[in-house]
Amino acid sequence: MTMTIDVTRRGFMIGSATAGLALGFQVPFLTGRAHAQAGYPEEINAWVVVRPDEQVIIRIARSEMGQGSLTGLAQLVAEELECDWANVTTEYPTPATNLERGRVWQSYSTGGSRGIRESHEYVRMGGATAREMLILAAAREWGVPPGQCRASKGVITHAASGRSTTFGKVAEAASRLEVPTGVQLKDPKDWSIVGQSVKRLDTAEKVTGKQVYGADLKLPGMLNAAIRQCPVFGGTLRSFDEAAVASMPGVKKIVRVDDNAVAVVADHWWQAKTALDALPIVWDEGEHAKVSSASIAAFIEEGLTAKQAFVGNSNGDAEAALAKAERTVEAVYSYPYQNHATMEPMNATAVWTEDRCEVWCPTQNGEAALAAAAEAAGLPLQQCDVHKLHLGGGFGRRGAFHDYVRQAVGIAREFPGTPVKLLWSREEDMTHGMYHPITQAKLTAGLDANGDVTAFRVRIAGQSILAGVMPQRLSNGADMVAFQCYLPQGEHSIGYSFPNLLVDHAMRNPHVPPGFWRGVNANQNTIYTECFMDELAHAAGKDPLEFRLKLMGNHPKNAAVLRAVAERAGWGKPAADGIFRGLAHCTAFGSHTAACAEVSVTNGQVKIHRIVAATDCGYVVNPQQVEAQVEGSFVYGLSAMLYGECTVADGRIEQQNFDSYQVMLIAEMPEVETIIMPSGGFWGGVGEPTIAVAAPAVLNAIFAATGKRIRDLPLTKHDLGAA
Amino acid sequence: MARINVNGKTVEVDADGSTPLLWVLREHLELTGAKYGCGVALCGACTVHVNGEAQRSCVFPLDAITETDRIVTIEGLSEDGSHPLQKAWVDLDVPQCGYCQTGMIMAAAALLERNPQPSDADIDAEITNICRCGTYRRVRAGIHQAANEKA
Ligand code: FES
Ligand code: FES
Repeated sequence: MTMTIDVTRRGFMIGSATAGLALGFQVPFLTGRAHAQAGYPEEINAWVVVRPDEQVIIRIARSEMGQGSLTGLAQLVAEELECDWANVTTEYPTPATNLERGRVWQSYSTGGSRGIRESHEYVRMGGATAREMLILAAAREWGVPPGQCRASKGVITHAASGRSTTFGKVAEAASRLEVPTGVQLKDPKDWSIVGQSVKRLDTAEKVTGKQVYGADLKLPGMLNAAIRQCPVFGGTLRSFDEAAVASMPGVKKIVRVDDNAVAVVADHWWQAKTALDALPIVWDEGEHAKVSSASIAAFIEEGLTAKQAFVGNSNGDAEAALAKAERTVEAVYSYPYQNHATMEPMNATAVWTEDRCEVWCPTQNGEAALAAAAEAAGLPLQQCDVHKLHLGGGFGRRGAFHDYVRQAVGIAREFPGTPVKLLWSREEDMTHGMYHPITQAKLTAGLDANGDVTAFRVRIAGQSILAGVMPQRLSNGADMVAFQCYLPQGEHSIGYSFPNLLVDHAMRNPHVPPGFWRGVNANQNTIYTECFMDELAHAAGKDPLEFRLKLMGNHPKNAAVLRAVAERAGWGKPAADGIFRGLAHCTAFGSHTAACAEVSVTNGQVKIHRIVAATDCGYVVNPQQVEAQVEGSFVYGLSAMLYGECTVADGRIEQQNFDSYQVMLIAEMPEVETIIMPSGGFWGGVGEPTIAVAAPAVLNAIFAATGKRIRDLPLTKHDLGAA
Repeated sequence: MARINVNGKTVEVDADGSTPLLWVLREHLELTGAKYGCGVALCGACTVHVNGEAQRSCVFPLDAITETDRIVTIEGLSEDGSHPLQKAWVDLDVPQCGYCQTGMIMAAAALLERNPQPSDADIDAEITNICRCGTYRRVRAGIHQAANEKA
């Protein structure tokens, strides 16, 4: 293998440094490893390549799925590198290259709003060490001490002698130097690229149609596959009548996939799908074929009063305090299954031979995709690789699960040496998701004669994501992720101090597969807490803001964001005629967020007019992208609140497409005002934490408008017009 | 062999007459700017122009198209991304994942052709494309910005 091939491969694989993936380009997909030889002469270090023409290529390990962290991570590297931002492009190193190089880029996992907050330090260090190497190369050429040289905007200068050079001119010499250690990172107050609203690096191709998503990929000689999986989770494929469709146009083969699916492979995907629709299939629906939403609800409801439960947080003696309380308030809430519904359905393209397997796919975790590919290929990791493409949405669906990769490789094994693209239909995507877990919660609070809270008791009953997805992460059986926003400390800590508190979880796991769904358990847990807090304020006859703040003395950052939204929205001052307000706040994914929603309800129709949101994410890398995430979070969270429910009948999900699984449209989009208030000293996520406050702020405003408490979602279940 | 006119060029397509235009574009003409999102005219990701009107190409079969119909896809909206909407989209950083955006821009472009200065209510009524990333606020701003630039 030569470096020429290596460069060619990268040029093909990664779009953003080139003019996009050239369709029909000759792909050397089975030509061997990138970087098979020792040393990587084209780079300064693993993070930075500088070309003689001054182009700076920054390597990004995490995936871009719309959240903007491709640009944010590049800003972090560029800040330390002191390059000219105008010259920056990015590329994805492949996961196999990461393994081969001792995981020099560390984690590829892009979820939990961790892309930046988990990697900022080593990513910045990548830029800083590259800068030092470039400076040293220049200093050596000039015979001056490197400490007397400085770099700025891609130019290295030695003031005393008046000499200067550019990164591109010394890059080759720099690439031969040792990577230094002990380099200091810049003080945040000196940042000039981080903290700026620079434009995203990935926009141009998204507005011209040039951006190639996994669903768009076309490789030479590629076949296309459409798949159908047993509609009942846990069921299996019994048989299919191949002869009925084998002679349909374009059809190459009907393939059994795993034990629960069948795929039709054809020249074109439309042909494959048409034949699949005509294919008689017999399923063994298995033991869950009678399960319904009602039976699941009853199963979970039993957990609300069950003796056994895992404790997530407790202080004092909540039960005793409740028994002694002047009065108690109790309410039961519930939250349904929801599908991620990424705009781009699941897909992957694979080429398999007896000694090599390559996959092209959208994934939130390239390394997990690689592991799935290798396992399905029956090959060691070293003989496989994954080429990441920008995702048409992720939201958690493409991180912990690579079912679509496994299937694509399984199908490609039937066509050695020929690329096969598997694309799920929207209907498959809707009915074979990894669903937002279903839970119920019983909340009980004690109030004293002054209306102050003496005890706060939450019993969560329902599904555990970890039990379904990564049981090795259970702690003595408990799923601590189920307690997001109820924990005593950390990135999902509760934003109140109650004199007596008990939060526990009676785990009840139905057969529907759960997944991490953007915002995860912060979503429903914040609805439970923040709507119930609103109930308590009203029961106590107190202002919902003051009532909350009284319990937030130990949580100044939560109080700060809550006060900020209240003040900006004009809380306490009269709203316009017919407009009512609601509040919510939480700590999630390491950030503190709050929202104040303004709604009106006319003839039972809810209109969300305006939401003021505040985020304290510690440090902010790109303010306009934080705003974009906050706005997008409202759409995701409010779509869920307004419409989002996947129901179960005969063991299967009933919703098949966007007609029965509705989402918000532009007409429903409220005005959003985002207050970014980074208080420094910590790094919080931004892709998810605002989702959690979206629904409760609006639900509390709906109560203010109508006097109706919505305790089960979505809102379509309720008639707000009825008296 | 069907003959259709796409982005100003007449091309021959060897596909079954029932094949939706979306798949003709994507699989036969290698124009993948129009996206598959739902396949049943619910999401707008596949929006193209047929004779200047926005059409959801996933439900528009090949045999409903004649050689005189003028089909324009995102690839043909402008030579080099210079349509006022494309410029506004870049200027405002509208796209997040971007998957819905080509359809969104095509729907908005058809709206601006008919209604060069759409009100918010016009946008609400006409732009019914789904964006799961939630870019609606910037989409609206982008349409207004492009309308003002054109004016
Ligand atoms: S793919 Fe055509 S409207 Fe959704
Ligand atoms: S930008 Fe991702 S679906 Fe619209």
